[in-house]
Amino acid sequence: MSELIDLSAAEAAKLTRAGELDRAELFDAYRARAAADELNAFTWVAEAAPDGDGVNGSPLGGVPLAVKDLFCTEGVPSQAGSRILEGYRPPYTATVVAQLAAAGAPLLGKTNQDEFAMGSSNENSAYGPVLNPWDRTRVPGGSSGGSAAAVAAGLAPWAIGTDTGGSIRQPAALCGIVGLKPTYGACSRFGMIAFASSLDQAGPLTRDVTDAALLLRHMIGHDARDSTSLPFPGEIAEPAAEDLRGIRLGVPDELAGDGVEAGVLESFRATLALAERLGATVEPCTLPHAPHALSAYYLIAPAEASANLARYDGVRYGLRVDAPDLISMYTRTRSAGFGPEVKRRIMLGTYALSSGYYDAYYGTAQKVRTMISEDFRAAFERFDFIVTPTSPWTAFELGAKTADPLAMYLNDFCTVPMPLAGIPAISIPSGLSDGLPVGFQLAGPAFSESRLLDAAFALEQAIGFDGSAARR
Amino acid sequence: MLDSAQVLHVARLARLEFTDVEIEKLAGELSKVLDHIEKISELDLDGVEPTSHVVDVVNALRPDEPEPSLPREVALASAPDPVDGGFGVPSPGAA
Repeated sequence: MSELIDLSAAEAAKLTRAGELDRAELFDAYRARAAADELNAFTWVAEAAPDGDGVNGSPLGGVPLAVKDLFCTEGVPSQAGSRILEGYRPPYTATVVAQLAAAGAPLLGKTNQDEFAMGSSNENSAYGPVLNPWDRTRVPGGSSGGSAAAVAAGLAPWAIGTDTGGSIRQPAALCGIVGLKPTYGACSRFGMIAFASSLDQAGPLTRDVTDAALLLRHMIGHDARDSTSLPFPGEIAEPAAEDLRGIRLGVPDELAGDGVEAGVLESFRATLALAERLGATVEPCTLPHAPHALSAYYLIAPAEASANLARYDGVRYGLRVDAPDLISMYTRTRSAGFGPEVKRRIMLGTYALSSGYYDAYYGTAQKVRTMISEDFRAAFERFDFIVTPTSPWTAFELGAKTADPLAMYLNDFCTVPMPLAGIPAISIPSGLSDGLPVGFQLAGPAFSESRLLDAAFALEQAIGFDGSAARR
Repeated sequence: MLDSAQVLHVARLARLEFTDVEIEKLAGELSKVLDHIEKISELDLDGVEPTSHVVDVVNALRPDEPEPSLPREVALASAPDPVDGGFGVPSPGAA
């Protein structure tokens, strides 16, 4: 059984398609591991593989998938880490989950997350924190912390999550796996419980770059039920690049120096040196408005969240706390059902949108967003990819940053500029610092996913990161 | 800087209630975050168009064709108080 767990998802899919590995055996091996989860990575685990869910020839070969809890799954608890949705079983399934199941990746389980994807440590879940498999006294990152920990620990072959300001890439970095945030509009958001609709994107969390490409290939595409989704130009190719000859990498001063931990910087610089040996050119560049991205993000995302979360009112589904009149019922339900961080963001967003403050906060943030997109556009005239550390820190200890919300928000400064500009970015493990994984981020222009995966693949092969220590 | 009265006003808009201690704490936390955020007001953004959406799509319309919707009992299955085939709520004016 341990040999099964050592296979990457793509390798396992190849074997099941060739009839050399039994799909049910593979599912059961992972089901047993997920059910014995000691990291609190899962909030629900399937009893058995769904029967008759496709033939052995399906492209994803029956390799089971862990799904972040905020994706709606018909008849299966979908609680988004919140007490207000405790026990909620949606009447429909999110498009990307349905697409992946149709391509041969059946649902293994639902994974823990920060409540409504608001957080960078997974400590904001109503169902308890997730532990980092590299060191169980530390956080896995967030908000897709359950998906990242499950893949890193070999409790799932692969997983999907969502990224609004870094919620795929940052936990991938802290858990030593690959995480990709696609171009905005590449994947349907239908059935994804919304946080900030102009930023949210689904994407893969996987053991390696090849697995990420395979999963993403079956996630993309226009969906009539999400009018912001777009037809993806071309296919996601299997990454195969052996070097980085001709690739120009830009290193933004604003995101790769001040505020980044020494051990993270060391690994980042070693990876840049490796990229040069693979034939890439590495030059400094500038994203002048990037230092303001965090401010724009913490206005836009809470503003959109305050509107999106207005739907939790105790009327149609989820928690209701009884009260004699309607307004009191809303207020009591929401006050009992939301956790402290979600309330904080609703308050921040409501304030930013309130009469008299809208132009100064939300309006200004939207203009900053334009400038950030312009910065990237200018940078991509000179460079193929912008590279940064994914997170300024490695995994920190549980409880270390919960007392100071601003300090926790600052964790996101390397990852928020990309979703504001709608561009894709991938995090790959670049090594260890004091025994903890470090993430290296590459960002490219809209719809450059295939090229991005190719470059990440060449780097991954050269780095030779070994994540097996976390899969015990 | 947000004071307790402003926090209380915003809480009412957001349909949230807090204890006095929580209001005090929120005022401090939100003020600290807003202090950081307010640095963007120093930027010269005259003539910059706001971005509400990064996708270059305007009015994505589809043909208005009726399709089956969720059966009523399925739509009501998670309702806290289904009444006569609808969602039951307390009276708006009962208080």
